[in-house]
Amino acid sequence: MKARVLIRPKAGILDPQGQAVERALPALGFEGVSDVRVGRLVELQVEDPSRVDELCERLLANPLIEDFEVVLDRQDEGLSPQHAGLEAPRSQP
Amino acid sequence: MRFGVVRFPGSCDEVDALLACRRFADAELLWHGDCELHGVDAVVIPGGFSYGDYLRVGAIARFSPVMDAVKRHARAGGHVLGICNGFQVLCEAGLLPGALLPNARLRFLCRQVEVEVIDAETRFTRACEAGDVLSIPVKHMSGRYYAPEEALRDMQAHGQIILRYRAGGNPNGSVADIAGVANKGKNVMGLMPHPEHAVDPLTGSTDGGRLFESLAMHAEKLAPA
Repeated sequence: MKARVLIRPKAGILDPQGQAVERALPALGFEGVSDVRVGRLVELQVEDPSRVDELCERLLANPLIEDFEVVLDRQDEGLSPQHAGLEAPRSQP
Repeated sequence: MRFGVVRFPGSCDEVDALLACRRFADAELLWHGDCELHGVDAVVIPGGFSYGDYLRVGAIARFSPVMDAVKRHARAGGHVLGICNGFQVLCEAGLLPGALLPNARLRFLCRQVEVEVIDAETRFTRACEAGDVLSIPVKHMSGRYYAPEEALRDMQAHGQIILRYRAGGNPNGSVADIAGVANKGKNVMGLMPHPEHAVDPLTGSTDGGRLFESLAMHAEKLAPA
């Protein structure tokens, strides 16, 4: 099963990457964009999805500074996400 | 007194750290894949880019076999000093509170900074006086120290903030100008500046040597008469 893990800086933590992207947008004519936050996406193929949250807490994210969200894709690989019957995102408590 | 300096794949300051230690005591390199510390008295986790800084700085190195031995050493009250990437590794390993985030201005910083010794009673700072200002270089991309407010209050209450950048001289946006912290037992310390690069008059400052000297002094005091 495919799992996608979205990791982002916790709310309230300064994200200078997001700020830099935000500042670049008006020069390209994109006005009205704010609160840009840059995180990362980790894709995994897992046999046992029940341990993905634990794996995220122990390695993929640092819970002190980052939030993560796990999206499990129960359909065959190769389908695009919008057609793949994605489970609702699960956020950590 | 013998220091052990850990070498990870991607470490780059382990030899400078080794030479700095040798000014004050014996020292040897420890290999990241090794499960034991070969009886060293104090461990230095050096600067560099362990495991390529993949995922997050320090995130992979903390799972090295040698880190289990370092944790056992720390839990038994042994001394561990983390410098720059070593500080990041110790935070990721849970041996120190907080985390290191990318510098507020996203630049790689490489410059001399002034840090004030807040606590000169620790095993890492005994060769200093409280209020001493040390001139030591920083060189990092992710040196912005962060801890949640509650954790910071707890650290203040336990006197765990050991070094601060001088007012107005905070190079990376660290919370409360923090440059170096210790655990509650004060036997594990991490700092972003590189004391091992400030031990020889040739490079402008010998202030960094006082941290290594402090550890060596402590060992002598502990040694049976």
